[in-house]
Amino acid sequence: MVASALFIMDLKGKIIISRNYRGDIPMTVSERFATYLQEKEESEQRPIFTEEGCTFAYLKYNNLFLLSVTKRNSNVALMLVYLSRLVDVFKEYFGELEEESIRDNFVIIYELMDETMDFGYPQTTEAKILREYITQEGNRLEAAPRPPVALTNTVSWRSEGIKHRKNEIFLDVIEKLNLLVSANGTVLHSEIIGAIRMKSFLSGMPELKLGLNDKLMFEASGRAVSASTKGKAIELEDIKFHQCVRLARFENDRTISFIPPDGEFDLMTYRLSTQVKPLIWVEAVVEPHSHSRIEYMIKAKSQFKSRSIANNVDIIIPVPSDVDTPSFKASIGTVTYLPDKDAIVWGIKQFHGQREYLMRAHFGLPSIAAEGSSANATEKCWKKPVQIKFEIPYFTVSGIQVRYLKIIEKSGFAALPWVRYITCAGDVYLRMGT
Amino acid sequence: MSISSTINQITRNARAAVGQIGGGSDSRFFHNTSKKGETHELREELQSQNKDKKRDAVKKVIANMTVGKDVSMLFTDVVNCIQTANVELKKLVYLYIINYAKSNPDLALLAVNTFCKDANDANPLIRALAVRTMGCIRVDRIVEYLCEPLARALRDDDPYVRKTAAVCVAKLYDISPDMVEDRGFLDVLRDLICDSNPTVVANAVAALSEIQETSGQDVILITGSVLQKLLAALNECTEWGQVYILDALSRYEPADEVEAEGIVERVTPRLQHANSAVVMSAIKVVLGYMELCNPDVVRTLTRKLAPPLVTLLNSEPEIQYVALRNINLIVQKRPAILEHEIKVFFCKYNDPIYVKMEKLEIIIRLASDRNAEQVLLELKEYAQEVDVDFVRRAVRAIGRTAIKLERAAERCINVLLELIQTKVNYVVQEAIIVIKDIFRRYPNRYEQVIAALCENLETLDEPEAKASMIWIIGEYADRIENADELLDSFFLDSFLEETPQVQLQLLTATVKIFLKQPAETQALVQRVLNMATEGTDNPDLRDRGFIYWRLLSHSPQVARAVVLGEKPTIADDTFALEPALLDQLIHQLATLSSIYHKPPEAFVVRMAVPVGHVTGGVGEEYDDDLEYLEGEIGVIGAAKGPSKQAAGSGNGGGTGGEVDLLDLGGVDEAPPATTGGKDGGLDDILGGGGSNGGGTAGSSQANTQVDRPLVCTPEQGGGIGIRAALRQEGGGIFCDMTFQNTGPTPFQVLAIKFNVNTFGITPASPQIAFPAPVPQGGATNYVLPLTFAPSMVASGAPPSLQLQTAVKNMASGHVFYFAIPYDLSVLFAASGQTDRAGFIPAWKAIDDANEVTTLAGSLPPALSSPDAVVSRLGSRHVAFVARRPVPGTTQESLYLSAVTVTTPPVHFLVEITLQAGVASAKLAVKSQSQTLAPMACAAIEGLLRN
Repeated sequence: MVASALFIMDLKGKIIISRNYRGDIPMTVSERFATYLQEKEESEQRPIFTEEGCTFAYLKYNNLFLLSVTKRNSNVALMLVYLSRLVDVFKEYFGELEEESIRDNFVIIYELMDETMDFGYPQTTEAKILREYITQEGNRLEAAPRPPVALTNTVSWRSEGIKHRKNEIFLDVIEKLNLLVSANGTVLHSEIIGAIRMKSFLSGMPELKLGLNDKLMFEASGRAVSASTKGKAIELEDIKFHQCVRLARFENDRTISFIPPDGEFDLMTYRLSTQVKPLIWVEAVVEPHSHSRIEYMIKAKSQFKSRSIANNVDIIIPVPSDVDTPSFKASIGTVTYLPDKDAIVWGIKQFHGQREYLMRAHFGLPSIAAEGSSANATEKCWKKPVQIKFEIPYFTVSGIQVRYLKIIEKSGFAALPWVRYITCAGDVYLRMGT
Repeated sequence: MSISSTINQITRNARAAVGQIGGGSDSRFFHNTSKKGETHELREELQSQNKDKKRDAVKKVIANMTVGKDVSMLFTDVVNCIQTANVELKKLVYLYIINYAKSNPDLALLAVNTFCKDANDANPLIRALAVRTMGCIRVDRIVEYLCEPLARALRDDDPYVRKTAAVCVAKLYDISPDMVEDRGFLDVLRDLICDSNPTVVANAVAALSEIQETSGQDVILITGSVLQKLLAALNECTEWGQVYILDALSRYEPADEVEAEGIVERVTPRLQHANSAVVMSAIKVVLGYMELCNPDVVRTLTRKLAPPLVTLLNSEPEIQYVALRNINLIVQKRPAILEHEIKVFFCKYNDPIYVKMEKLEIIIRLASDRNAEQVLLELKEYAQEVDVDFVRRAVRAIGRTAIKLERAAERCINVLLELIQTKVNYVVQEAIIVIKDIFRRYPNRYEQVIAALCENLETLDEPEAKASMIWIIGEYADRIENADELLDSFFLDSFLEETPQVQLQLLTATVKIFLKQPAETQALVQRVLNMATEGTDNPDLRDRGFIYWRLLSHSPQVARAVVLGEKPTIADDTFALEPALLDQLIHQLATLSSIYHKPPEAFVVRMAVPVGHVTGGVGEEYDDDLEYLEGEIGVIGAAKGPSKQAAGSGNGGGTGGEVDLLDLGGVDEAPPATTGGKDGGLDDILGGGGSNGGGTAGSSQANTQVDRPLVCTPEQGGGIGIRAALRQEGGGIFCDMTFQNTGPTPFQVLAIKFNVNTFGITPASPQIAFPAPVPQGGATNYVLPLTFAPSMVASGAPPSLQLQTAVKNMASGHVFYFAIPYDLSVLFAASGQTDRAGFIPAWKAIDDANEVTTLAGSLPPALSSPDAVVSRLGSRHVAFVARRPVPGTTQESLYLSAVTVTTPPVHFLVEITLQAGVASAKLAVKSQSQTLAPMACAAIEGLLRN
């Protein structure tokens, strides 16, 4: 039901480090994986495949493959989630996971592989707890460390006896907007993926309770929505909690209560798919003149309140791969041509609400079409969707609000929560003309 | 070099700047890994008295191990470092022992003392480490020493040690199940389910679940109190532990509605967990138990399940893939859950291709009259993307939507026509293929588009598209003014170069045209019949040509009835999984089984030789096969049942087949049909016009019953009993078949199709046509030529010596399924000889893990001399290479080789050791294919015995 072996490999399938957990497969199976990568067209590759009785399940991360192999009808969801968690652990230990950082830390990676998985069963993947007894050379103790109690405790993510001189807690409410708009301006799909990210620096074993303007919670607590809040209550479609949150309690009366891990973590993520109008609307008029030139006229319009500002706006417009001699004219910001991405990027540092800007781009096209590229191929290039990136601080699309954060600890310290809101673009795509 | 080192420097500085504790620089230990003469140096360092030097030396050894260098010769020296207070060093030495113990079992014993001592250490971390590591050393003699420390560890005061010990019981069971049972460790594990520590409970559940899976016995024994313990631990243990408990719960069958609902209530909060694996296992439990819940609860749960399923699509693409394959099952089982969520499955531009393909499948499953408009717009968008495979799938999807939703069919046709206007070659071809299906689903409704299709005749270059277009022309010849000219000018000149698929279509289409417009097309049909019967070597094409010829000359009326007979329409194949299989798969959510949509038995290899293995009845390939079979049947122009029914009986056949195989266990070793039997069959087919098949068949019947095993009983085949065996002749593979009719109605034409299989064997033609109908009580022989097609290779599935076969009786429309077992030796090519010089390097080049040996005792006395063995095997295409006496004994070793006729060929190298005068032999077979080697070994043993 689990993994037989684990490999971390480079993009060619060469092993960088590996661990055989069950001894029921030869480690040479990795060669079959390398062959698979070479022989299968990329469009035919799947993250899970079986060859001669061995099943390979892998994740791609940076320039690495994390691969686990099994001979049984294993829980592949578990295998893949474990791999992604392992990446998180390594990142927390080494900053970034790449070939070099693995070599630099191979001793500790072996230790982590041994501790996070036993006989193919994931054990503990809490980097903060692992760090208490698997340490890097810099702060190695002479005496052998003992396993932290938290390892096997109900509260497996926090050790006892944490002390902070200043007790503080920060909450970032970050909303990502995923939006897909058809060429005629219809919103095909829009959803908000929100996260409440905490940075907790609290002493002892604090009990926390978080209050949101959650409609269902108001209903559960029997309060009338309008009487208890000034703002409106919102309805979250799905919520996922960090393992520290007591799920049964939430299920019962929608109370979010927990003992937080120390440091940074995502307390919860939520999703809602309300119809929002695109915060930044882009219209593109493209005039291709075969074999001579192609012209773009791009109009960008902000559709949020005038006192808000969108920062670092990037509007990425696809262009054919064989264009030359770019020239741009924009009423604001800068335009860059990225030949390797076959796109132009219109960057606007600050985009105020309720404004509208224009940009024109002009390219030459080769007079003779390249071998094999028909007019159709050119057409496809500029029909890729336009992508938009932005960040809008002090604003959430959903209107979610943190109403309170109660902190109870037996030492009775006082700590103020700091709350920030920000909205940014996730996958925002506007399809181009049909 | 300089650039990369600069970058390294920058990265390091950056890390230092952000205050990472990281930045260890163990990479220096790799610097010498390629140096020669290092072993000696390392050995000295390992023996050094200086602690730091010693530790660094061990690190160097591990670095060597990491890059794949064999450092096993340092075993003694490394093990001598085991006595250390430094935990880091101890772990490295332990890791080294795990890796090399197997190759140094004697030396590994040196470490046992330390393990036992460490298992009594005051520090729980060391105690657990010792037990955990001992369990990983799969050396029998060490295992004996493991029991004592393990028994203690299971009762340790520290939960960390207990949870490690719980997993260790599963390790021990894997090596020696008897020892686990003798020592009563199973009972201890069951006690641990009631442990006060939730992590211990979770690991005990994991260990018991694994033992349950391996042994097939119910070892967890979930009782009322155990259930309460599990549910309590579910709230308290780590996220991984929750998965183990949920998976165990999913295998439990609640006693009644009350219990089921009670458990579901405790499980649903898990749907809110951030860990996708927890969520998926929770969904599995809920869906499994829903069967027992009352309708109100089911409604509530249906509502609750949608949001977490949708949220899974926000995880990493690889996990999304797992989620989507699972959702595919869920929407089949409970369509209500996601019926309003189709939009979330719309593809994002930057989704990886494997995610897009899965989303497309789900879009089709969720398509309904309500959302058809939107779905079509979306599919049209995809049909204009860049990725060719995805575009093709999108076009197919439009066709499938049309077949599924009658009311949307017209709009689908219009979209397809628009796509054809784009003139993008592969889009046009794909569109024509699906339009053919739409015509078959809604006959006589959309013929007005034929003109538009005909404009693209010259661009067609793919066989399937050509075949589809030709079918359309033939079928609607009376509405196309110049149908005969179209065929003539675009296809007939190249008739002989076309693929069989296209040729068959051309033949049928020409006959259809002739029947519709006899006056103008007589010359045409004559020409095509001539080409089909005389110009080609394809027996299938020839057969069909002869049938038509005879039909036409016998009675145009009958020919009309047969060729232009009304065809039943095809049905939507979207819901292809059989309910029983679907239920089984719902209980397998999140596992591999749910990815492949096949039961675990289909791909999990438990035994060394997977004999009698049935690859699942369904799944993607199988769907395609059915489509293919349907296509072919449609081509023949005879009756065809709705595909849903076909798929359904397919699954039934799969399970039935398994039972059959057990009965036929011995048949695998039966010799391939000898030449005597098959000649009659050949005569039958080529015997030509006048002779009646029945008579010939009767004469050879007695003969065949001996040689050909019964593969399909008359009950299975709806009155058709089939015996079949594979045979090789002149490098070609043939299937000798005997058909017996026990039913009331005669049959004459059958369609046959194999499932994907190990070697990609497929019938050269999908049709079996007898020269005369087989009457009730009659029997006839048939030789089915086989070929190898790469597209038919079952990649990923374990090898199997069976051909899963689907046969359709064209007269009754009955489709039935069975398996034809065959012996690997049938596939050995006559040219299997390896030259003497090449043999030894080839033998050495193959990993020892791929060597299979067996002792074949009590062979026939005739085989007691090496010469007899050589000549016996030589006659069966296992070619002799060399022989030599084994020094110091009276034995002699023979070296032989064999190669299969498959594409690509598989080579086997064989060593047989014989003792003069003793009728037994030691066989060793090596092959690059680890899984085929045991089969070849068994096959060669079989050759010796017969």
